[in-house]
Amino acid sequence: MKSLEELRAIRDRARAGVDLRKEHQNDVRVLVGMATCGIAAGARPVLNAFVEEINKRNLKNVVVTQTGCIGICQFEPVVEIIEPGKEKVTYVHMTPEKAVRIVNDHLVNANVVAEFTIGANS
Amino acid sequence: MFRSNVLVCGGTGCTSSHSDKIADKLEEEIKANGLEFEVNVIRTGCFGLCELGPIVVVYPEGSFYSRVTVEDIPELVSEHLLKGRILKRLLFQETLAEDTIKSLAETDFYKKQKRIALHNCGVINPEVIEEYIAMDGYQALGKVLTEMTPEQVIQVIKDSGLRGRGGGGFPTGVKWELAAKPQSDQKYVCCNADEGDPGAFMDRSLLEGDPHSILEAMAIAGYAIGASQGYIYVRAEYPIAVKRLEIAIKQAREYGLLGENIFDTGFNFDIDLRLGAGAFVCGEETALLTSIEGKRGEPHPRPPFPAIKGLFGKPTILNNVETYANITQIILNGADWFKSMGTEKSKGTKVFALGGKIKHTGLVEVPMGTTLREIVEEIGGGIPNGKKFKAAQTGGPSGGCISYENFDIPIDYNNLIDIGSMMGSGGLIVMDETSCMVDIAKFFLEFTVDESCGKCTPCRVGTKRLLEILTKITEGKATMEDLDKLESLCYYIKENSLCGLGQTAPNPVLSTLKCFKDEYLAHIVDKKCPAGVCKSLLSYVIDPAKCKGCSLCSRVCPVSAISGEIKKPFVIDQSKCIKCGTCMDKCKFNAIEKK
Repeated sequence: MKSLEELRAIRDRARAGVDLRKEHQNDVRVLVGMATCGIAAGARPVLNAFVEEINKRNLKNVVVTQTGCIGICQFEPVVEIIEPGKEKVTYVHMTPEKAVRIVNDHLVNANVVAEFTIGANS
Repeated sequence: MFRSNVLVCGGTGCTSSHSDKIADKLEEEIKANGLEFEVNVIRTGCFGLCELGPIVVVYPEGSFYSRVTVEDIPELVSEHLLKGRILKRLLFQETLAEDTIKSLAETDFYKKQKRIALHNCGVINPEVIEEYIAMDGYQALGKVLTEMTPEQVIQVIKDSGLRGRGGGGFPTGVKWELAAKPQSDQKYVCCNADEGDPGAFMDRSLLEGDPHSILEAMAIAGYAIGASQGYIYVRAEYPIAVKRLEIAIKQAREYGLLGENIFDTGFNFDIDLRLGAGAFVCGEETALLTSIEGKRGEPHPRPPFPAIKGLFGKPTILNNVETYANITQIILNGADWFKSMGTEKSKGTKVFALGGKIKHTGLVEVPMGTTLREIVEEIGGGIPNGKKFKAAQTGGPSGGCISYENFDIPIDYNNLIDIGSMMGSGGLIVMDETSCMVDIAKFFLEFTVDESCGKCTPCRVGTKRLLEILTKITEGKATMEDLDKLESLCYYIKENSLCGLGQTAPNPVLSTLKCFKDEYLAHIVDKKCPAGVCKSLLSYVIDPAKCKGCSLCSRVCPVSAISGEIKKPFVIDQSKCIKCGTCMDKCKFNAIEKK
């Protein structure tokens, strides 16, 4: 170890691995429906795409988690985004490609991707 | 990139209930479900709630699963990790609110705690240095070496008001300053991890859960006093702690955080382990240093104090594990931050190992000045089975009892001494109305008699005589004269013993005498043990009015002390009875009484 900068670089690299273990009370929550219907419709790659992209964008205070069936199985894979103090947004018929766009448009730039929401698809 | 972290407690408590097998099974099931690149299993240190172990926590949800078994794992993986449904039946019941899941920080056990020394325990994998670095590990060492002079480091520690957490409460900064002054070709930094008090396990948990924080703090101490070599004296009975320390030292050397020219500043520091064979006296500083030197672990008189002439005759500082665990946080957050917690003369927090008659056995860290009531009733969950609190024992064999009348006194170094106990290393054993205080004093004396090293007479012979008098009392053979002798002998031993072991050995007797003299008198004058513990003083009697003459008691009695005719009241022959209590447990009519 030659300098504090070197140590800080190691710290910043390692931090992504431990960030999950914080309290997530006030974070934005991305809920991926992972009941049998969701998994069968391809929710797993969607979930992983969210995790990868959020990490790539280095977004703090966003937590990706799973949820069960919310009863609209024909729309699976379903993803809900819950931001504190805002109305919940429900995206349907999700794919990994759509997930990448939602991270960039919705989570980074705060523009809801209206065309992927349940309102535009039902 | 993992989407979920599953933390499995790898402390000694949970390991003894097979948490390592649980972690293996988790990895196996996760792989079987094709989740091995999504879910990471991390073996951590102690979470503190040992009573509910083995503990598994799943993030990001923060679900706290308790008393997990290997058989639960397939369901846990398929429900929670695969389908995202929290497995409610395994959750720690208190986190299960009406329709949501309460955060762990809101539960009674954690709400009043302030985890500074324990901040990484139960959070990081102690065997991976990168996880420690991710939590700002080794930043304090870097800051000290590149931005501060040794004098400034000592000043910060002095200003923080940190006092030795091993029991004595000596100001840590002053100790460092004393060792920094003398000129010497070599100085040493030692860590006292010879935790010997019955019921105390906070040092072990710290070493198991966050070994790097101790190494980093010792390196900082080395810089402050001008030492290049450190020793950790840890008991061989702590195999997990020893293993994790070995791994931590190896990793720190690989990263150049121990060794030569650390942070390119020309500062050299290395640490070696010394394993103790488990003698209680080696927790005493002069005996510990003698043992590191490879000699028989016996104390010697002070002065000279180790800060002047310690290990191998060189200036040495010896601090307790928990003391070191606070150092990095003080350096990073400043003396004022640390000083803002605690009471006037005791700053910061203290870790207590809760044990005895309490619902949540485990490890808690609270700000100094928290009352015993808060620790026992709120954090500890109270006394099980509706029993009443009688006393708490702090400080192990060197400490004393806190009775109910002091239940609301803020706990700090000075208050505990004022009420005849001491902080000690932090063992806190709770006793209810079924505990006999004379028997407790006898238990601790048996321990000190065993552990007295034998070098000085007051301790070697005195503690033995004390134990003999206590045994006489519990057998109902003592007189009032014995009680006077007991008390004066206590003061004699305290004044004349060579080291801390002997000087504090009579404390359990003196403090129980002070708070519970009526119990001593009941044993001596009335020949009764009010708590019903001392076997010689109680007898089992069958109430003829309640006895149906079923003969069950006579059949279970291991010494055939009970006889009688069927359907007529039975009788216990007191000369044969060994007071095992089996008859009372088995009687279906509650006809047997303990008097």
